[in-house]
Amino acid sequence: MQTSTATAFPRHASLLLAALAAALPAAAGEWSGDFGLEARGFTSGPLDPAQHENNLSLYVQPEHYHDWDDGNQRFVITPFLRIDQGDPERSHFDLRELYWRKSFESMELSVGLKKVFWGVTESAHVVDIINQTDAVENVDTEDKLGQPMINLTFLRDWGTVDLYVMPWFRERTFAGRVGRLRPPVYVDESGARYESAAAEKHIDLALRYSHYFGDWDIGVSHFSGTSREPTLLLSGSVIDYLPAGALLEVVPFYDQIEQTSIDVQATKGSWLWKAEAFNRTGQGDSFQALAAGFEYTLVGLFGSVIDLGLIGEYLRDNRTGQPALGNKDVATGFRLAFNDVQSTELLAFSGIDLDTRERFSSVEGSRRLGQSWKLGLEARFFSNTEPGSTLHTLRDDDYLQLSLARFF
Amino acid sequence: MYRPEKTLWIGILAVALLAGAAQADEAAEKGLAIAVEADRRDEGWGDSQATLQMILRNRHGDETTRQMRSRALEVADDGDKSLMIFDDPRDVKGTAFLSFSHKSADDDQWLYLPALKRVKRISSSNKSGPFMGSEFSYEDLSSQEVEKYTYRYLRDESFDGRNHFVIERKPVDKKSGYTRQIVWMDKDEYRVFKVEFYDRKNALLKTLMFSDFQQYLDKHWRASLMEMTNHQTGKSTTLRFDGYKFANGYTDADFNRNSLSKAR
Repeated sequence: MQTSTATAFPRHASLLLAALAAALPAAAGEWSGDFGLEARGFTSGPLDPAQHENNLSLYVQPEHYHDWDDGNQRFVITPFLRIDQGDPERSHFDLRELYWRKSFESMELSVGLKKVFWGVTESAHVVDIINQTDAVENVDTEDKLGQPMINLTFLRDWGTVDLYVMPWFRERTFAGRVGRLRPPVYVDESGARYESAAAEKHIDLALRYSHYFGDWDIGVSHFSGTSREPTLLLSGSVIDYLPAGALLEVVPFYDQIEQTSIDVQATKGSWLWKAEAFNRTGQGDSFQALAAGFEYTLVGLFGSVIDLGLIGEYLRDNRTGQPALGNKDVATGFRLAFNDVQSTELLAFSGIDLDTRERFSSVEGSRRLGQSWKLGLEARFFSNTEPGSTLHTLRDDDYLQLSLARFF
Repeated sequence: MYRPEKTLWIGILAVALLAGAAQADEAAEKGLAIAVEADRRDEGWGDSQATLQMILRNRHGDETTRQMRSRALEVADDGDKSLMIFDDPRDVKGTAFLSFSHKSADDDQWLYLPALKRVKRISSSNKSGPFMGSEFSYEDLSSQEVEKYTYRYLRDESFDGRNHFVIERKPVDKKSGYTRQIVWMDKDEYRVFKVEFYDRKNALLKTLMFSDFQQYLDKHWRASLMEMTNHQTGKSTTLRFDGYKFANGYTDADFNRNSLSKAR
């Protein structure tokens, strides 16, 4: 059901070494990247006694790129490895990027594993769909798995058109049985099911047009293929009975969906007005989701060089059975940029569900130490949770994390 | 009650004001003419690239360095386009900054964040803020267009064996961090050798010195060294340009969201 710590580490490590060795012949370019240690302290003991307590985690993400053919061709490899003290499922290896790109006159072709971001808002990334979320990494959905693709980019005066052909689907990762910040159920990733008979070999397609008009930036996209968000189906087995209730085993089911989306930002002086929305069919009844709001920056707070950004966003998702947080929420927060030599930054957010008053809060901060070290702070809090909601099972997973990373 | 002396005083005052106004007009005209001539002399530079090293010094003399590369494209009848790529410190390596400056409207700016592969349109209203924690603000480093200021010729001044025009310029944009700047420009080549910056309270804030001028394409002068000293904090920043290269054949296609996201 789960790989033990002892076997998982050497397997991941040897994968990384193999990837590094494969890239060495191309070492005419350069290596850069970072590695770091993260110490996570939870404010409460685990809800399920099987879950781990405070946790240490190590990661390394080197990156190599090599340009040739007068800069018209590029090879990039970005392996990623995490070794986690508490959750064997979180100890994992991925190739975030491994691609070759060739630039032609007003056209580009990329083949391989790439990472692509779509969207404009801060508190949620509603239209970002190309890459699968590496959910075991963090609850903020910003960590992504490398997506195999052929990407054609057409560059025209009237905008950029991207065509993505994705021949292999990546399953979402989940925290393990003993991991914290896991769903209220145990997700058996090995039992993933698909609507398409081709399963993970279904060829997903996406098309995107993006451009800017004066102070407006606009993107219109369509995605046709395997949903990155699984529907969790009961597999029928009950793994364990806990004080908090039974731990049910579920399997992820990946529907075939059609999703059309738009993302827009208007930049008006100190105001950024943002909106992104989609219409999705194929996953139950068709439904829509929206994130819209603003960021207003106060430059030079109280005569200092500190900038304060105020953020307000409204989130709506009208699918049936959507967990309370995320269906009709307001997120407010601020961003402090100290503009100092150490590039000290702080981003704090709080999202509240307008119906249930459930709340999710997040703080992220960082400060450079010397020339190549970085100190990081991350905190997440789940409060006012309602019995029966997804957030309720995370009620004892509030945490504060300190990290130290070295960049090279 | 009718008081003839009052009318007289008003008359004298009016004459004095008119004379003063005429003088001010003349100084403004001459100041603008100098700025226009300086701009005309540098026209036609086309495009350029350079490597930048920034050395930030605090009041105790502790130093921190930054490495960047810049590419720029001249745009006829508007501000220039520029792309700045960060190499060091390593945690910002790969971050890139795209700017379309405009003569009168707000600049268009985009930032590429390599960790998220995200291109973000950013507000250009923080022009008075420090660039990378240095003593240079964004507006100090953005393209200097004639239309961004109003001018007044002050005097001539000689130093280091050169004759200079000394002109005062006031930023048109209310979001500028300065009330005014005093600029020393040599009379032979219209190169800026020195700028004094006055803050919003009209107190002397910073002095910028330009040196090691090199001429490119037999026409365009560029300083290899810029030294910015903040008089109020005691901090300073040296900006060194290396490997200036012109006529790279850049086009608009080298300065868009796509080129920003693949800049290395």
